[in-house]
Amino acid sequence: MGNHIIDLQGICKSFGDTKVLKDFNLYIRENEFITLLGPSGCGKTTILRIIGGFEQPDEGRVLYRGEDIVNVPPNKRNFNTVFQKYSLFPHMNIFENVAFGLRIQKMQESEIRKKVMHALEIVNLPGFEKRYPDSLSGGQQQRIAIARAIVCEPEVLLFDEPLGALDLKLRQGMQHELKKLREELGITFIYVTHDQEEALTMSDTIVVMSNGEIQQIGNPVDIYNEPQNRFVARFIGESNIVDGIMHEDFRVRFSEHEFTCVDGGFAKEEEVDVVIRPEDIKIVSPEDGMLRGVVKNVYFKGVHYEMVVSSGNTDWLVQSTLMEEKGKTVGLSIYPNDIHIMKKCN
Amino acid sequence: MMKFFKKIYFYLILLFLYAPILTLVVFSFNEAKSRGKWGGFSLRWYKELFQNAEIMDALLSTVLVALLAALISTVIGTISALALHKSGTFFRKTMINLTYLPMMNSDIVTGVSLMLLFSFLHFELGFVTLLLSHITFCIPYVILSVMPKLYGLNPSVYEAALDLGASPLQAYRKIVLPDILPGIISGFLISITLSIDDFVISFFNTGNGVKNISILVYTSKTGVKPENYALSSIMFGAVLILLLIINIKEKKKATEGNY
Repeated sequence: MGNHIIDLQGICKSFGDTKVLKDFNLYIRENEFITLLGPSGCGKTTILRIIGGFEQPDEGRVLYRGEDIVNVPPNKRNFNTVFQKYSLFPHMNIFENVAFGLRIQKMQESEIRKKVMHALEIVNLPGFEKRYPDSLSGGQQQRIAIARAIVCEPEVLLFDEPLGALDLKLRQGMQHELKKLREELGITFIYVTHDQEEALTMSDTIVVMSNGEIQQIGNPVDIYNEPQNRFVARFIGESNIVDGIMHEDFRVRFSEHEFTCVDGGFAKEEEVDVVIRPEDIKIVSPEDGMLRGVVKNVYFKGVHYEMVVSSGNTDWLVQSTLMEEKGKTVGLSIYPNDIHIMKKCN
Repeated sequence: MMKFFKKIYFYLILLFLYAPILTLVVFSFNEAKSRGKWGGFSLRWYKELFQNAEIMDALLSTVLVALLAALISTVIGTISALALHKSGTFFRKTMINLTYLPMMNSDIVTGVSLMLLFSFLHFELGFVTLLLSHITFCIPYVILSVMPKLYGLNPSVYEAALDLGASPLQAYRKIVLPDILPGIISGFLISITLSIDDFVISFFNTGNGVKNISILVYTSKTGVKPENYALSSIMFGAVLILLLIINIKEKKKATEGNY
């Protein structure tokens, strides 16, 4: 991974009175699989549309290899988009759909045929040339949309929640295929989704957004293990977030108990947010536990059980492959490096 | 038993719908001039129809006005619909309501007001004013049949075309137009039938001896003559063939897509 291919500098965008993006800055490196992740209305799709050229920012610059492309129309940008809704051309068969971009370039017929066939092979749908879009399933249509985008050999592929309309099984299959596809093509993927699992599975870099602002940028492991604030911790995976007080470096107090942790650099007696993932809480006998609580609810989730353990004023969400009886008193144990301390944000 | 009545009911409806037309077609082949008596099969009225210069002139005007009016109003209506689709909500709603109004208006108001406008502008009433008046009342129907197709259009289809390198004009020509074509065609066909049908507006806005079929029939001093049966039968046949062609074409397209 090397140079910046796209730089967004100070992007502001409003729709009517609603400020969607406020001084948004982001760089995207060459050959990166970057995912913009956030709840609906956080501005992630607007960013993608600004990169694609379908929206103009009110302020700020979009640099492509150092050149400002804000005024370049979408048809003159070497990016291609896979849209959220199936956007195949309904009156054209699959071959013509995929060939559309090449025909605009006035490419030779034999060349077009070769490229279209190759693109259909890449998305695993050879032999579909003569079918019409409405005779294809949702997953097949979205693959054709991908074929149509990659056949033009863009330097950047943009994805606007392309798997949103597919069912879970199909979505998981497509996630693996997309990841493989990026390795084969070796180009930059910019992907927009509200599905945290999708983002964790595929991305090199995740940009967590909320209210038009970046909350955290990092690789999937860091984003999951070291969320920077309450919002990220809540949005990525499930977590227990409780109020705590930092006594000194590596010593934190919460739930009326003092724990050893691995974080430091806070002021003495600073109020902090403590994040503990449900799978990091161990259920032990009441005598061995750092905390003691009563099992309030038990849910079966397939791979594991999810339990709510009430201890003092706090309900802890705990995941374990072993089930505990409802109403039983248990001990909870947490390892120091599973305790993650975040600065309070307002 | 219930099934039997259902069938009878269905055939009765068909009978009521088509009995008049059937009578018309049968009597167009009647040798006798009488409306009540069958005088044997003959093509006499068809022959006389084609030899009647007045009817032939009127037919020519009717067809010419219908085709030209439909063509021009389809172009204007489609462009207007595209523009309305792109414009802001307030402007679009206002304009659409304004285009509805002439459709609700009684023909006599439209006809007289157009005539007044033409004489105020010192236009000589004749073929051109007849054509202009027909274009005027056809445009709203075209807009009305194109608009729903535009609403049904997936907006990302247009953007996908731009994304793949098409200029906005290319995107409209290659993607948007083919998609809304059924709406455009039905607007065109509605315009043709409206234009052929119209009497009231035509009556006020023609002159110089230019007459269409409806004016000719309504203003004939001798009443409806058997040549008119023949003419009406031919027109009915033409519409029937047109419908058949459209149906067969659609059926063919439907089977092509699914194999």
